Amino acid sequence: MDFDLMLRVYPFFLKAALVTLELSVLTTALGLGCGALGAAARLSRSTVLRALGASYVSVFRGTPALIQIFILYFGGPQIGIQLDAFGAGVIGLGVNIGAYMTETIRGAIIAVDRGQTEAARTLGLSRSETMRKVILPQAARLMIRPLGVNINALIKGTALVAAISVVELTYTAQRYIGSTYKPFEMFFLAGVIYMVIIYVTGLGVNWLDRRARIT
Amino acid sequence: MGLDFTIVPSYFTLLLIGSGWTIAITAAAAVLSFVAGILLAVIALYGPALLRYPFRLFAWLFMGTPLLLQLFLIYFGLIQIGIDLPAFVAGVIGLGLHFAVYNSDIIQAGIVAVDRGQYEGARTLGLSRVQTIARIVVPQAVRSVIPPIGNNMIALLKDSALVSVIGVTELTLTAQLAISKTFHPFEFYLAAAACYYLINLVLEAGLRHIERRIQLAR
Amino acid sequence: MTEKPFIDIRHAAKSYGTLEVLKDISLQVQKGQIVAIIGPSGSGKSTLLRAINDLDPLTKGEVWLEDMQVNKPLPPRQYERHINQMRQQIGMVFQHFNLFPHLTVRGNITLAPKMLKKLSDAEANALAERELAHVGMLDRIDYYPSQLSGGQKQRVAIARALAMEPKVMLFDEVTSALDPELVEEVNLAMKKLAEEHMTMIIVTHEMGFAQDVCDRVLFMDQGVVVEEGPPEVIFRTPKHERTKNFLRKHLQGNAQ
Repeated sequence: MDFDLMLRVYPFFLKAALVTLELSVLTTALGLGCGALGAAARLSRSTVLRALGASYVSVFRGTPALIQIFILYFGGPQIGIQLDAFGAGVIGLGVNIGAYMTETIRGAIIAVDRGQTEAARTLGLSRSETMRKVILPQAARLMIRPLGVNINALIKGTALVAAISVVELTYTAQRYIGSTYKPFEMFFLAGVIYMVIIYVTGLGVNWLDRRARIT
Repeated sequence: MGLDFTIVPSYFTLLLIGSGWTIAITAAAAVLSFVAGILLAVIALYGPALLRYPFRLFAWLFMGTPLLLQLFLIYFGLIQIGIDLPAFVAGVIGLGLHFAVYNSDIIQAGIVAVDRGQYEGARTLGLSRVQTIARIVVPQAVRSVIPPIGNNMIALLKDSALVSVIGVTELTLTAQLAISKTFHPFEFYLAAAACYYLINLVLEAGLRHIERRIQLAR
Repeated sequence: MTEKPFIDIRHAAKSYGTLEVLKDISLQVQKGQIVAIIGPSGSGKSTLLRAINDLDPLTKGEVWLEDMQVNKPLPPRQYERHINQMRQQIGMVFQHFNLFPHLTVRGNITLAPKMLKKLSDAEANALAERELAHVGMLDRIDYYPSQLSGGQKQRVAIARALAMEPKVMLFDEVTSALDPELVEEVNLAMKKLAEEHMTMIIVTHEMGFAQDVCDRVLFMDQGVVVEEGPPEVIFRTPKHERTKNFLRKHLQGNAQ
C-alpha cells in the first residue's frame, strides 16, 4: 500500500464524497416520492392507475438502471429534455429506485392485517380515513427496515453516474486509478468512504426503527 | 435531432449478438456466484477461523461498496499484478464474486434453518460431518433459498450492463457502438432496454419454473 | 444370563452442568432381545438411547457393541472415523422421521449404502426395493417424503435404517408424532422385525405395544432405572411406588 499517495489524494476523495452524499440524499427524496405515488397507484381503485403503477414497476425494475440513465442523459435532448449529468443522474437513479420503493411501500401496506381495515370500516371510518389513521401509521413502521435496504442499494447505485462523468466517488477513484496505476489504494480510499456512509445511514435507519417501535 | 426508429432494424443482428453476450456473461457469472456462494457460506459457517475471518472481511468489503468500483478494482488490479485478463473474464469474475457474497449470505441463513434432525438422521446412518454437510444440509439449504437467489440472478442480469464500462461488448456497449455510428442514443438505448426487458421476462419465467419443480423436494 | 452381552452399557452417566440426566446406569442386552424403555418425559430414557450411538455423548461410562467400544476415547479425527463405522451398525429411527426431504424415498434409502458401503446403483436399488417391500412401501419408491403420510414416512425411515444392515435398531418414540390411526402400521412393521429376531431397543409411550412385543421392560425415572423385568411382571405386579403411579396414569390414559 502506497500510503504517501493515499495521503496526497484523499482530499479529492472527500470532495467527491460530498457529491456522492448529495446524490444519495436527493435520490432518496425523489425515490420516496415516486415510491409513494407508485404505491398509491398500485393500490388505487382505478384500473388505469393500477395498470400504470404496475407498468412503472415492471419496466423500471426490468431494465438496467444504467440504461435508464443513458436514455435520459444521452437520449433526452432528442425529445427536448436537456439535463446536466448531475441532474440526469439524480432523476434517473431516483425514478429507478422509486420502482423498488413502490413495492416496498405497497408490501408494508398489504402486510398490515386485513382485519385492521375491516375493524376500522366497521367503526364507520371512510376508506381514506382508514388508510390515513389506521393503516398508514402501522405500515410506516413496517417499511422502515426494507426502505433502509433500498437506500443502502441506492447509495452504492450512485456509482453508476460515474458512467456519465459525474465527479463522484467512483468516478474519482477511476480517474486516479488511471493516472496512478494504484487500483488497490484507490479502491481502499473510496471503499472506506462508501462503507462509512452506508454504516451511518444504517445507524439512522436503526434509530428510526427503534423509535417507531416504541410509539 | 429528432427521433427516427427506422434506423434500429438495420442494427438488429448486432443487438442480437450483444444480447447473446449479455446472456452469456450473466449465465457464467450466475454459475460462479452460485458455486462460490455455497463455498463462502460453508467456510463462513464451518471453516477454520484462519479462513473465516479473511472471508468475512472480503464479504464485508464486497457488500459495502459499489459493483462498479469493484469491477474497476478487478480489471485494473489484475493488470497491475501482471494478469491481463480479457474484459469478458474480468467481468464474469467481478459480477460473479459480487453476487457470490450476496448469495452466500442467503445460503448461510438457509443452512442454519435446516432442521437439526436432518443432521442427526444422516450422522446416525454413519455419514461423516463433511458428508452430511455436503449431501444433506447444503442441498436442502440451497433448495429452500432458490427464490431469493433467483432474485439475485435477476439483479445480476441488469447489473451485467455495468461491464460495458470495462469494455465487454455486451448489449449496452453494442448499443453504444451503434450510437457512435448513427448519433441516435434515444432509439438505441431504448432498443437495448427492450432487449433487457425481454431477457428478464424469460429469466423470471425460468425461475418460476424451477421453483415449481423443486416444490416437492423440500 | 451367562451369555456375553451384545450391547453393554457400563455405568453410564450424563449431566448438563449440575443437572444429572443419567445417574450411573448399567444395561446389558442380549442378541435378539427386544427391550422397551418406558418412563415419564424427562426421565432420561431418550438420552440413554441416544447415548448408545453417541448422538448425545455420555459424561461418564462406556457403551459396547459386541467387542467394540462405541464411545472409545480417541483423538477427534480418529474418533470421527470410528464413530461413523459404529453408527453404520446401529440403526436409529426418530420421532420426527428425519427423512431427507430433497431426496426421493429411493434416494433416502440408497444414499448411505452407496456412499459408505460403495454399493453400485443396481445393488443399492435392489436393496431399497427389498427393504421397502419389508415395510410395505415398495409402491412409494419414487415419491418424495412430502407426498407421504406420517406413518408412511416412519416406515420409510425404518427401511432406511435397515438398509445399512445394522446389528441393532434403536427406536426413539417413533409413534409419538403420528395421528392415532397411523400408529398401527408402524407398530406392525416393528413387530415384523421383532419376529425376525432383530435386536431392538425401543423408547416408547405405548404400553400395549411394549407388553406385546418386548422381552424386557425398563422403567426409568429421574435418570435411573427404577425397575426392570419381563413385561408381564412390570405391567401386572410392579414393585416400586413410582412405577405403579406411572403405569396407573398411563394405562388410564391409554384406555380413554
